[in-house]
Amino acid sequence: MTGAAVAVDQAAYFDWLCRMGDNCLILGHRVSEWCGHSPVLEEDIALANTALDLIGQTQLWLGLAGEVEGKGRTADRLAYFRDAAQFRNVLLVERPNGDFGTTLMRQFLFDAWHMEMLRALQRSADPRVAEIAAKAAKEVAYHLERSADLVIRLGDGTEESHARMQKALDALYPYTGEMFLADAVDQAMAEAGIAPDPADLRAAWDRTVGQVMAEATLRLPDGSFQHRGGKTGRHTEALGFILADMQFLQRAYPGGVW
Amino acid sequence: MATPAPPELAQVWHWLSQVPDPEIPAISLTDLGIIRDVQWQGDTLVVTVTPTYSGCPATTVINLDIEAALRSHGVEKLRLERRLSPPWTTDWITAEGRDKLRAYGIAPPVDGTAADGRLAGRIARLAGTSNLVIACPHCGSTATERVSQFGSTPCKASWRCTACLEPFDYFKCI
Ligand SMILES: [Zn+2]
Repeated sequence: MTGAAVAVDQAAYFDWLCRMGDNCLILGHRVSEWCGHSPVLEEDIALANTALDLIGQTQLWLGLAGEVEGKGRTADRLAYFRDAAQFRNVLLVERPNGDFGTTLMRQFLFDAWHMEMLRALQRSADPRVAEIAAKAAKEVAYHLERSADLVIRLGDGTEESHARMQKALDALYPYTGEMFLADAVDQAMAEAGIAPDPADLRAAWDRTVGQVMAEATLRLPDGSFQHRGGKTGRHTEALGFILADMQFLQRAYPGGVW
Repeated sequence: MATPAPPELAQVWHWLSQVPDPEIPAISLTDLGIIRDVQWQGDTLVVTVTPTYSGCPATTVINLDIEAALRSHGVEKLRLERRLSPPWTTDWITAEGRDKLRAYGIAPPVDGTAADGRLAGRIARLAGTSNLVIACPHCGSTATERVSQFGSTPCKASWRCTACLEPFDYFKCI
């Protein structure tokens, strides 16, 4: 199967696939940092499984990115040998883990977007995108169910957990707007029928987030100030630390295998 | 010298039905429903496999096991292909596979109960009124409750039985 049927600027397409892959990769790495540190065993297992799903999805997206680019770069090559400025993930996913509640809030805000995006991508003009989305959507449905449950339990929990969840929401909400901002890359994808205009995902996301926050007794911030930059490679300092950790082995011992 | 005829496809399927899943060795790869196609392309045997979960670490081992098994039966030219679409579903686990899971202590999936990313069922579940009935694989009681929808492998959830008090794995729907 080739992508030749879909007429689209290949550089933009590569960029967009890196956005999908890098969101999964960086969030997957962040979540994996919890392995062995969670408050209870069941949550440790759940976080590790979530990270595993996301890393698996990364392989699919970055694998396709390498194929579209056509320079022989594999998913591993893209993950381990790009510098921060070449990463295309939204800033939200690189935010530090903070406490357990902050990690869950970040997960929920992302999952709610991810679910809508994957739903839309199942109708992509490129069957390679549609099939990855169909696969990933089944996994992300479980991620969303779990993160929504826990945001509600902790938000509508004790005074302490409620305060922490409100603080997490206040801190992370200004990083959510970037998920819905369209630029030239997004427009090219939308015109080619490969992906939706990200702005079109906003209404459904607002509905899900609004409903869950209401049940969680949490107050949505006004959201007038929004950070941006990750999608075009302008990252916070947090990404450099993630890459130093994630890429060390391949940088020190290039091509090393198990 | 005449070369021996290549094995019949039914024979190949039978061989594959003897290859255990590396994480749940009680069931075979064909029980799991992940072998999507087997065919000869010229003198090459092409086996098409679909992954269970995107990040399932067993995928590589599964491919190695398929290759080792078929080579041990004399298949020399062999190619494995990955097929993502349609995505794997627990609906494809065979009836025999479900019996084997239960006997092994894992509650088989209840079809049609996968998470779908909508939040409709969540309130009911939080209130403990889920209509998902899972029988304990140890004592058969349906007095069971979910501990976590994530378990020891990506495909399982953690449950416990309030009758015999044993914890057990539930092969969750996807
Ligand atoms: Zn029991």
